[in-house]
Amino acid sequence: MIRVDVRPEPIDVAAELAAHDAGGHGASASFIGRVRGDDGLVELFLDHHPVLTARGLDELAAQAAARWRLGALTLIHRVGAMAPGDTIVLVLASSPHRAEALDATEYLIDRLKTDVMLWKRETFADGRAAWVEQRDGDHARAERWD
Amino acid sequence: MRIAYFAWVRERMGIAEEAVELPAGIATVGDLVRWLATRDERGARAFAEPHRIRAALGGAMVGADAVIGDAEEVALFPPVTGG
Repeated sequence: MIRVDVRPEPIDVAAELAAHDAGGHGASASFIGRVRGDDGLVELFLDHHPVLTARGLDELAAQAAARWRLGALTLIHRVGAMAPGDTIVLVLASSPHRAEALDATEYLIDRLKTDVMLWKRETFADGRAAWVEQRDGDHARAERWD
Repeated sequence: MRIAYFAWVRERMGIAEEAVELPAGIATVGDLVRWLATRDERGARAFAEPHRIRAALGGAMVGADAVIGDAEEVALFPPVTGG
């Protein structure tokens, strides 16, 4: 079962894992991205497109499901204002065997960083705010899967 | 046609979206970005560096040479930084 969502509400990792694993799977891999509180960061804001962000996640999930034999796939991205420690993104992939679950999880998080319409803005305790710049390394990692 | 702006492009434009009548001669996304950069002061601020601008047309990310045609929406934004 493929579950994809974009939401402003907090991501409850335990509840999502329970829903994901309801069918029982041989191997489940996960990636949980959280807001880091580095350099006095007080807020991370995620901007998104009201239609195309969800569509981009749907397409990414479909590509992973076509590439690997997955019993279940969960891809949830939070948007809006977040605080340090909050979960930004959750990827869960399950397969009969670990290699496919692990590869699919890594693929999804790598491609997410270059293919989906999401933008991070950091606000710091001293009032500074800045949009995060894309890193060259993100493209290198995403292109490994081409 | 509607143009939607995101992240710092939206902040510099001061609006999330606008409806425009494309002037004659504006065929591609690159043409549109160059036109916006010369149209007014906020456009000059947002589109001073065209190589930092990405676009989506008809729901898919496209390059500067993509033809706008009769698309309902062109989205203009910086390189994405999700995940």
